[in-house]
Amino acid sequence: MGSVRNSKNRKKPKLAVFKFASCDGCQLSLLNAEEDLVSIGEAVEISHFLEASSHVEVGPYDLTLVEGSITTPGDRERIQEVRKQSRVLVTIGACATAGGIQALRNWGDHEEFQQAVYPHPEFLDTLATSTAISDHVQVDFELRGCPVNKKQLVELITDILHQRKPRFPRHAVCLECKQSGTVCVAVTRGIPCLGPITQAGCGGLCPGYDRGCYGCFGPTAQANVSGLSHWLLKHDMPKTELVPLLRNFNAGATPFREEGNRLAREQDTELE
Amino acid sequence: MPAESLREKTVSPWQIHPVRIVAAKAEVPGVITYRLKFVDQNVEDAYSVSPGQFNMLYMPGYGESAISVSGYDEQNRELLQTVRVAGNVTRALSRLNVGDELGLRGPFGQGWPMKAAQGGHLVLIAGGLGFAPIRSAIEAAICHRGRYEKISILAGARSPDQLLYREQYEQWKAAQVELRLTVDRATPQWNGNVGVVPLLVDRLKISNPATATVMVCGPEVMMWYTVKSAIEQNISVERIWLSMERNMNCAIGHCGHCQFGPAFICKDGPVLRYDRIASYLKIKGL
Amino acid sequence: MEYGNRQLLAKEGLQDLILAMQALEYMVIGPKIEQEAIVYEEINSLEDLPRGWTDLQTAGTYRIKRRDDDAYFGYVVGPRSLKHYLHPPRQLVATATRDGQRWEFESIENIEQKYAFLGVRACEIAAMRVQDRVFLQGDYVDPLYAKRRESALIVAVNCTMAAPTCFCTSMQTGPRCTDGYDLALTELAEAFVIEAGSDKGEKILRDLPCSPVTTADLEQARKLQQQAVEQISKTMNPVNLREDLLENLNHDRWEETARRCLSCANCTMVCPTCFCSTVEEVVDLSGDNIERRRTWDSCFDIDFSYQNGSIVRNDIRSRYRQWLTHKLATWHDQFDQSGCVGCGRCITWCPVGIDLTEEVAVIREKKCSE
Repeated sequence: MGSVRNSKNRKKPKLAVFKFASCDGCQLSLLNAEEDLVSIGEAVEISHFLEASSHVEVGPYDLTLVEGSITTPGDRERIQEVRKQSRVLVTIGACATAGGIQALRNWGDHEEFQQAVYPHPEFLDTLATSTAISDHVQVDFELRGCPVNKKQLVELITDILHQRKPRFPRHAVCLECKQSGTVCVAVTRGIPCLGPITQAGCGGLCPGYDRGCYGCFGPTAQANVSGLSHWLLKHDMPKTELVPLLRNFNAGATPFREEGNRLAREQDTELE
Repeated sequence: MPAESLREKTVSPWQIHPVRIVAAKAEVPGVITYRLKFVDQNVEDAYSVSPGQFNMLYMPGYGESAISVSGYDEQNRELLQTVRVAGNVTRALSRLNVGDELGLRGPFGQGWPMKAAQGGHLVLIAGGLGFAPIRSAIEAAICHRGRYEKISILAGARSPDQLLYREQYEQWKAAQVELRLTVDRATPQWNGNVGVVPLLVDRLKISNPATATVMVCGPEVMMWYTVKSAIEQNISVERIWLSMERNMNCAIGHCGHCQFGPAFICKDGPVLRYDRIASYLKIKGL
Repeated sequence: MEYGNRQLLAKEGLQDLILAMQALEYMVIGPKIEQEAIVYEEINSLEDLPRGWTDLQTAGTYRIKRRDDDAYFGYVVGPRSLKHYLHPPRQLVATATRDGQRWEFESIENIEQKYAFLGVRACEIAAMRVQDRVFLQGDYVDPLYAKRRESALIVAVNCTMAAPTCFCTSMQTGPRCTDGYDLALTELAEAFVIEAGSDKGEKILRDLPCSPVTTADLEQARKLQQQAVEQISKTMNPVNLREDLLENLNHDRWEETARRCLSCANCTMVCPTCFCSTVEEVVDLSGDNIERRRTWDSCFDIDFSYQNGSIVRNDIRSRYRQWLTHKLATWHDQFDQSGCVGCGRCITWCPVGIDLTEEVAVIREKKCSE
């Protein structure tokens, strides 16, 4: 990965934030960083961040944060241009890293959706799929989550400013639950929880509020999704619930997608 | 054990000491040898290191990296540490200048059995960056040249320009040390051996295998074949020593990262006797 | 000095014990119902204890349930162990502060907090001693663990029941507490039999409102302890276990287990002896103030074996094998004892119910030829 400081006497590195198909929640995480945002503002020049300011500077940018997925032909072109203007490109959030919740359209009938939702679908110009940024351009680093974790986002920017390669944990959410003293909701209550196959970073947020993890940080490295689904099926979870559990904010992430598809195929066969 | 002395002075094994970069020499592309000196003289007085041990070098904000000691200049009380620029810590270190300070904990681990090797043929074998810990054994052996019947250094690198410590070679030879080098890929100027390190072992004349000692450091696969060759030369498995590498995080046997079968590389190693780990070297992903 | 002078403590007398410990400035850590489990938490009074509750445990499931009596310690072991307090999940070990062109390095050595643990089971005492071996009895002493451990007060409870996941009798760690405690309780129907195991315990015991114990009380205590022994159904023969595993590092079973194991690290987190950790470098934006924080880590974390740009244990098979062989085999080489105390936590809290005793049995059944 390139570094944003190439010489000591250069002026402040330029930071840009670009939005594609998304809810703006990840950009809000940056705005919510409060005092850290002030320090970031001192360390970098915020050159392009429409959510925060209408002041826009042209590229090239030293560090670009990209939120959102690619869902239109226009965005498919625009991301190429963003890449060209960016020395370090980091995707932030589930949309940018895996296509987001809107990737559910990848399993649906695009035409039918358009007809159902819009009175004049002929004005739309969209793609049939929602895809990750890395499906279109080279990505230097991915920050997971829906939304991203504020602390990780600040740490990422700090790392890049200090010429460190960001290294976030790739292990399961379970470590964070145990470290923070959260008792396992799957074991004590039988709540389906994707924590064991989902990458840490949220701090075990949902189980801390008595809910199962729904995988918004995406799969762990070498996630054994079928290992979990076998167990859940054996414990009476119907496939009709298991498939939607996997097809959620990270439906497009390969391990979740493949196991979801496998279960859906089995379900179809069983119905026949 | 040399680490004792430092332990008495500092209660916590987590205590880091500042060291200053006295000199930095680019060895080959991406590899730098630093001369480091303790800032605090009390720490320096208490510090004592054996060949083959390692230190944890600390770059504040980046973390620690385990680096084997390549030598200790007793006269100037300066540590020699050869570092390959690879991760966050070593990259940050490479951006420092002479006069800058960083942190250090150490020394840690079990070094080369210099004493047990006395009286016989000492065969020091290095592959690539494995030369770094071997160099500390070379310096120690030359310092007490008379204790070893014969000293041979067998070293290999990918290409001639990747060989470390080239400016030392004449000095070593002058101390009646046999030096044999090999490279994987020769250049037109190269007139030494071409091929893997174990071939040098096959061709080596060992005066008396019963008293010879082999010390090896290099990539695991290179060590594996080197040991095979050494065994074929009738050297007993109890006289073959390897310096192993694993992810050393705490350096004191408390964090579990560097386990290799039953061994904690940080405290039982990095130098381990071959026969004690032979059965584990064969297992993939251990 | 000989201890073991047993006395009778009324059920309400437990409150006096809690008060006595608080008066000695201990933070009392004991069983408490929280998040649908009985966990070690700070206890303020008798009222906090899970009176009349029990736990039901099997591989991958844990439920709490009302008992038909008012027992205070009528449960087995919960997800937390003493490790959570003596070797806490997050711990500041050192700091670095920039001072102009220089750095100041400090290591953390002082901890004020002292803990009294109430309701500690025999397997948990054994586990604490396993961690003592790691942190106190090697070449290097962990100063923070040492401080906490030395200042800790242990009030043990002899188990009177067992879960289907328990196998302390196989590992020879329980269910009766034989030593390593300051005070030990056995809960009878109407009272506790209490005995001291140290000077510290003896001193506290002296001021408690105890009455003499009768032969009938002792007989009841013995029967209840025997009841726990009899309820233990799970076994794992420790004889030759080290060899049986190390001679089968290429057994097919590892691959089979890897298809079920999620590599989620829950077993290592709940294990009272697992000690692995990593040090995180926590930096402020200026880069001038750094905290070096030790956090629990696990051999199931893919990056645990990261080395020079590659991963040594780069599949679930090798990670599960590392965990099991370390726990049951190489631990003997490293610390002259097994790393397993038979508490069964790894079985209960595995989200897919992998039972290490079954894994061992399968490996033993059909040893690999190599």
